[in-house]
Amino acid sequence: MMVVFHLLAQAAPSPSPLATPPTGPDAPIPTPVLVFQPVIPELILCGVAIVGMLYEAFARQSARTVHLVFALAGLAGAGIAAIGLWNWTGDPTVLGDAIAADRFTVVATVVLVIAAAFGVIHYTHETARGRLAFRGEFYPLVLFATAGMVLIAAANDLIVVFIALEILSLSLYVLTGLGGRRSNEAAMKYFLLGAFSSAFFLYGVAMAYGATGTTKIPAIVSALGGQTGSQALALLALGLLVIGFGFKIAAAPFHMWTPDVYQGAPTPVVAFMSAATKVAAFFALMRVLDVALQPLTTTWTPVIYALSIVSVVLGAVLAAAQRDVKRMLAYSSVAHAGFILAGLTSPNMIGIRAAMFYLIAYSVMTVGAFGVTMLVGVKTEEPSSYDSYDGLSERSPGLAALLTIFLLSLAGIPPTVGFIAKLTVFGAAIRAGNWPLVIVCVLASVIAAYAYLRVVVRMYFRAPHVAVDDDRSVVPQVAGLVLALAVIVLGVFPRLLSSVIESASILKW
Amino acid sequence: MSGHLLSVLIFFPLLGVLAIVVGGREMSDATARWLALFVTLVTFGLSIAVLGRFDHSAPGFQLVEQASWVPSIGLQWIVGVDGISLWLVLLTTFLFPVSVLASWTVTTDVRRYMIAMLALETAVLGTFLALDLIVFFIFFEALLVPMYLLIGGWGGERRVYAALKFFLYTMAGSAFLLVAILFLYAHTGASTFDLRALADASATLPVQTARWLFLGFFIAFAVKVPVFPLHTWLPDAHTEAPTAGSVLLAGVLLKVGAYGMIRFTLTLFPEAAKHFATAIEVLAVIGIIYGAVCALGQRDVKRLVAYSSVSHLGFVVLGLFALTEQSVTGGVLQMVNHGLATGALFLLVGMVYERTHTRQLDKMGGLASQMPWLLGFFLFAVFASAGLPGLSSFVGEFLVIVGTFAVSHLFGALASVAVVLGAIYLLWSYQRVAYGPIHEEHRTLPDVSLREVIVIAPVLALLLVFGVYPKLLTTSIDPATKQVVEQVSPDHATTVIPATQVTAQAGSGG
Repeated sequence: MMVVFHLLAQAAPSPSPLATPPTGPDAPIPTPVLVFQPVIPELILCGVAIVGMLYEAFARQSARTVHLVFALAGLAGAGIAAIGLWNWTGDPTVLGDAIAADRFTVVATVVLVIAAAFGVIHYTHETARGRLAFRGEFYPLVLFATAGMVLIAAANDLIVVFIALEILSLSLYVLTGLGGRRSNEAAMKYFLLGAFSSAFFLYGVAMAYGATGTTKIPAIVSALGGQTGSQALALLALGLLVIGFGFKIAAAPFHMWTPDVYQGAPTPVVAFMSAATKVAAFFALMRVLDVALQPLTTTWTPVIYALSIVSVVLGAVLAAAQRDVKRMLAYSSVAHAGFILAGLTSPNMIGIRAAMFYLIAYSVMTVGAFGVTMLVGVKTEEPSSYDSYDGLSERSPGLAALLTIFLLSLAGIPPTVGFIAKLTVFGAAIRAGNWPLVIVCVLASVIAAYAYLRVVVRMYFRAPHVAVDDDRSVVPQVAGLVLALAVIVLGVFPRLLSSVIESASILKW
Repeated sequence: MSGHLLSVLIFFPLLGVLAIVVGGREMSDATARWLALFVTLVTFGLSIAVLGRFDHSAPGFQLVEQASWVPSIGLQWIVGVDGISLWLVLLTTFLFPVSVLASWTVTTDVRRYMIAMLALETAVLGTFLALDLIVFFIFFEALLVPMYLLIGGWGGERRVYAALKFFLYTMAGSAFLLVAILFLYAHTGASTFDLRALADASATLPVQTARWLFLGFFIAFAVKVPVFPLHTWLPDAHTEAPTAGSVLLAGVLLKVGAYGMIRFTLTLFPEAAKHFATAIEVLAVIGIIYGAVCALGQRDVKRLVAYSSVSHLGFVVLGLFALTEQSVTGGVLQMVNHGLATGALFLLVGMVYERTHTRQLDKMGGLASQMPWLLGFFLFAVFASAGLPGLSSFVGEFLVIVGTFAVSHLFGALASVAVVLGAIYLLWSYQRVAYGPIHEEHRTLPDVSLREVIVIAPVLALLLVFGVYPKLLTTSIDPATKQVVEQVSPDHATTVIPATQVTAQAGSGG
């Protein structure tokens, strides 16, 4: 397949899309050279998703295992294809500058694909146990969402960012509604607020076009760099784009949807989206802020600074006040968005690398934590209420130990990866001279630690409820164990991850 | 192995954790106990090997191991030992097997209990040996988790509250430490967290910056020590912790804070240390007297010992920040002595509690007639803690007071008064436990068992040995403290008599 695309690329007439495009109002839009290799992961994901959809539509009784095998094969294929792009030597941007083929994207793709694989496995388990009604659409939707997420990380054109944003959002709205009544309600809320934020984002793209006359990131950089005089349009664009991203990364004050969606949506979906949405949106945010709006650095760093403070404080304080594990994790995800933003106040590769490290660490912890909540207190009315966690260590010591590891990592206690992640983002922020921000962040992480410890207290120091039971099946516990090991191993040998991230630089202009 | 003795020492207890985890539910409680005892004893043996290789006359760090860990930010695995940390390491490895043996009476969830104990030992040893600031911080934070589980899982009635309070207090304190470390790292431009390199680089910091950073470090350690007014977590944590938890908390964990002060705040920010010394001395003296007065008012014997710790640790801090060679040596000695003496007190209080099931002083009485041996040991520990000459605490307190007098007569005098207060509350509490009419239900209580003798006897023996022959410790502590003091206040180091000489006099005088 790759060979075919390559041949197509060779056969194409024009040597480079950057070579002097014809100008003037009547000039035809040049046909870009089609080099598909860098988007093979997206193509595989969409292709398999379509196959899955057709299977769901035409099979009389769709089988869970068939869907699972399709989805996992598609995800694995996309992951392998992405890794194959690690040493990409072709043009840095392809498809008419719309897609960036850099290692930054490869890292995002691999993380997203793994998160999606865990979501798919968890969902299959949940439906097999009859706790969720089986819907075959789940699998294609996850693949489409993943495709959108991969694309948003790779996008080198604001329009492509928007398209990718819509692909992933629309899939996630539906996925959120796949549970019961509460889930429908959450989906509706997510959709309404999400649509609103998309509008903001699109408006921001329009403003950026107004300011620079282009939506392509390289062209935006050069246009903004050479600009003198009023930058009103560009600043407007910046504000609107940040609002749009703020919603997706769940940064306060754009986090209102998070607790309801996390609580209402089916847990496997939450496990997937809590990690993947954040990763995708942050990777896109980094490309837009650190690359496209790089000439406006001094303007956007204070904005990120403020967002970071509001997010860590609100997220941590509200997380400490919760009585439901999923809601608590939702608010904690707001706080974590704030920690990552703190790293991004360092507008250079140090900040980007710190944020990448944090995002990967966060994905591991949050997927693991939600994976455990899926198994606790099954058959109760409110399985994620703190009451279900009373005495979990006596009922199911394995689950309690796993969740403790994830929670301690989220709290940033060594020797977990969460600690190293916090260390790197705080280090980045301090190097940029933002030590007041770091003090706020560190104090907020103490408050957040209280929130996590409340659950640990319930698990270890309370007597168990007789009526509550847990699911102690092997597959999800092994999945949790793999993630817990990753948390510890990466916490002790962070080099395994940081060496990869160090060589994964973002494409700059 | 020989080249990595310190690393092996730090991580050896984790092997025990691994063994218990792998053993799973099939492992019986007894096996877990013996395994933990074996592991802690071997660890003690390893620390004796460290002592054997240690060159007592040399200042500076020995047996240093250095390896790159996260090269991107200059994080390194550096461990090393000097005369100050050497004895704290030995204190730690000594108190752990004692605590494990004292925990034989724990019957709920023994495996998990021992896992927490062993993990705690690794974390504590790591803090004493780390020479990379981040490695230190990692161990400093990591030791919260097992201690939190020990207090929360096996403590008294209000254990959950006490455990959470302990965790959050210390974590809030260490928040400032982390920020200060990162700030120091960013501003010196050394791109390393190596203490030795940063100590050189920090000399170039602007005075104001160094003072702020000093406060960041100091607050973190002051919470841990604890220094008045940051001590309020301590009485709760000590009182609610299980016996071994209290022993380790008082004996070892509080020392982590004091050790941090001497190792990091004094070494990195000598100018700021001198600048704030008087203020800190004031706090220390308030702590000494306040702790003693609070101890006088306690009815709960464990709370009483807890407040006595506040008072005794005040001596340590006073000694460290009086910044004379004797006072600093005295402070370090007092760290070791307090660990042994208060450890012994908590062990004995635990033994009494296991029999009477009360910690209230007014519900006890007359126990000496029923359990002469146990109360005899108790009296010995009380004397040691009160600083009776000939027992180890005397030497430490004496050195601190002598050293402080050289700086301030007032503080020296006030500290001496507190020694008297200490004798009052300790002897008074002993009187209420041991003498007077015995309660009817206490008439059948048994005296010490063989296991309990094995637990307590070595601790008391060491108190006597270090009291009579403190030179054993001071010969290796002196060069290290001398180096610290010379760095901070060169004028004090030279004018006064060497501490070894004073201790020799004090030892023979007692």
